[in-house]
Amino acid sequence: MTTTATSHRTRPPAQPDSLRAKRLPWYAAPAIAVAALALSAVLVYGTSIGGPVLVIVLGAILYLVGLFAAANAVEGRRSARNRTWSALIHSAFVLAVLPLVSVVWTLVSKGADRLDVNFFQTSMNNIGARDANGGAYHAIVGTLEQVGIATLITVPLGVLCAIYIVEYGRGKFAFAIRFFVDVMTGIPSIVSGLFVLAFWVLIVSPWFNDGRPSFSGFAAALALSVLMLPTIVRSTEEMLRLVPAPLREGAYALGVPKWKTILRVVLPTALPGIVTGVMLAIARAAGETAPVLLVAGGGAAINTNPFENNQSSLSLFVYQQAGDASKYAPARAWTAALTLVALVLILTIAAKLLARRNRLSR
Amino acid sequence: MGETPHRSADAGTGGTRVTQSHEWPAGASARVAEAPVSTRSPGGTGLGGGGALPRSRKFGAERAFRGLTLAAGTAVLVIIAAIAIFLVAKAVPALRANTENFWSYEGWSPNETEPKFGIGALAFGTVLSSALALLIAVPVALGIALYLSHYAPRRLGTALGFLVDLLAAVPSVVFGLWGRDVFSSPVRDFSVWLNQHFGWIPLFGGDGPFGASVMLGALVLAIMVLPIITSLSREVFLQTPTANEEAALALGATRWEMLRTAVLPYGRPGIIAAMMLGLGRALGETIALALTLGITFGISFNLIQNGGNTIAANIANAFGEANETGRGALIASGLVLFAITLIVNITARAIIYRRREFTESAA
Repeated sequence: MTTTATSHRTRPPAQPDSLRAKRLPWYAAPAIAVAALALSAVLVYGTSIGGPVLVIVLGAILYLVGLFAAANAVEGRRSARNRTWSALIHSAFVLAVLPLVSVVWTLVSKGADRLDVNFFQTSMNNIGARDANGGAYHAIVGTLEQVGIATLITVPLGVLCAIYIVEYGRGKFAFAIRFFVDVMTGIPSIVSGLFVLAFWVLIVSPWFNDGRPSFSGFAAALALSVLMLPTIVRSTEEMLRLVPAPLREGAYALGVPKWKTILRVVLPTALPGIVTGVMLAIARAAGETAPVLLVAGGGAAINTNPFENNQSSLSLFVYQQAGDASKYAPARAWTAALTLVALVLILTIAAKLLARRNRLSR
Repeated sequence: MGETPHRSADAGTGGTRVTQSHEWPAGASARVAEAPVSTRSPGGTGLGGGGALPRSRKFGAERAFRGLTLAAGTAVLVIIAAIAIFLVAKAVPALRANTENFWSYEGWSPNETEPKFGIGALAFGTVLSSALALLIAVPVALGIALYLSHYAPRRLGTALGFLVDLLAAVPSVVFGLWGRDVFSSPVRDFSVWLNQHFGWIPLFGGDGPFGASVMLGALVLAIMVLPIITSLSREVFLQTPTANEEAALALGATRWEMLRTAVLPYGRPGIIAAMMLGLGRALGETIALALTLGITFGISFNLIQNGGNTIAANIANAFGEANETGRGALIASGLVLFAITLIVNITARAIIYRRREFTESAA
């Protein structure tokens, strides 16, 4: 590289070779790779302990070893380490991309089978094991209602909680709230489902239902709220902290009381960021299966009333169809999964784009 | 930034006493009660500036709003406490009815007239699969994060980082379905191969059937938590001060040495946080494991035979046919899971908070 760069200029002063670090020639890495693959093929097929996959895996290991040895001999230990780690990091990337690509590919290819109008217009009511039809209309209705109610509950609560933490909270109590919001982020979804089962379905709902516990979409919404709350509080909190102090001080200087400053100045400034956080929380909640399974019960028929009787959701529909013995069930499961992923991804992408346009973000 | 109004409010006005009414610390409702109602007595101690401020009312919008936010903040604590209380309340009767030792019995039949159930095998399976998943996922995730932040061309890194963020949002049921329908057959082949050639290691022993094993569950879990850990640690790596990196390079460090001396130490708290978040998700993961594990009840380190079970997967599987005691038993197991995740989370947060103070004061 030095030769091409300097050829147009005056000649560089002659540099003795002993001063310049020795480097492996550019063809060394591919050559080692080919040699490693060949050696591993000979080893694997010679002892007949495996197939092509093993050849590649063993070849990769041999390549790393060979690269280290060659670089160590020519360039020295530090450079050899550098090369090996660099190769390892690249291979980690390849290793992880394979399964993730496989997930996406399977999702699209298998999900496309039942991606028809019928799927979005029918429920699973009266669909037996031999019926090829059936759809996820009831599940989509369930998902939208449950997530919608959960959002209605969580957004005011979460935003107010964040305002308390950022604007009013002082001392140990506010610290405790922050700490437990963080801790709440880690509550498993199934535990929140069990909590609502114990609290709402088994203890509260019998009051409204002649003493019998009743599953409902609303219970699922409650469980999802427990999961969404910490996400919303955290993102709102971070956004509120990014609002510039002069904005607040300007409002105070004009004699605006603190609550009005928060509502009229701070919140509108932070709004895009807050909306981003809310959308990410919704996306996460929409994909939750376990709480819906425990407290909404799932059902085959369309139930638009979230306060009574079983309700399904898209993710629960996927799970139930995956466990169904009918030979048509897997296709329905994959199409529902595709729908669910599309819904979640649209929300996530919209949230990310919104975040990118947000002036406050870093 | 929460302190800013405090300073400015005190700056030019008539001393702290007048403006204090806006600035009482949270949770000090007792002080609110005992404080004098009129903070601005005419001809009193207040200096001139105080007269310009509106009288602080006992039941004004300010107080109402603050009370509202305080209530919302308290709601978080109430919810956490309620989770513990209600789970305990429903779990205790079932635990009383249990005729075997809850901690050591290996089996789950709480629906019979003599309920027998034990958490030991389930808790073991939960910890084993999560630990394995983390063991697989963390090195790979850190590798990808480093690749995206320091090796890939900037545009490619940003685009791929966006993609990783999207993958983190894919619901777990999709991973579970993929693990069961697609991934299980290569894992079965691999298990058979391991069993043939490394059967003498107890981990890979046994005589089948293979496939729906702890290994499959752990691999699916690893693939699931991979995007989460990657996206969090990538963000941390990107925040490394350029000065630190350039200083390392200027001293003649190779790229790896730069990563090791400047980037990784700076990102350590973030890495720990990401790992713990991944661990939390792995511990609580339900559906993906319910779909991929071959539900059994027993403590075994065998990774490739059909088997394995976790607390959460067991709840999802056994909930359908659970009666009153059965539900109680499942709630009891959920309580144990809650306790485990709570301990993991609190430990992680404590580490992060301590580290954060340290790094912020050092920076």
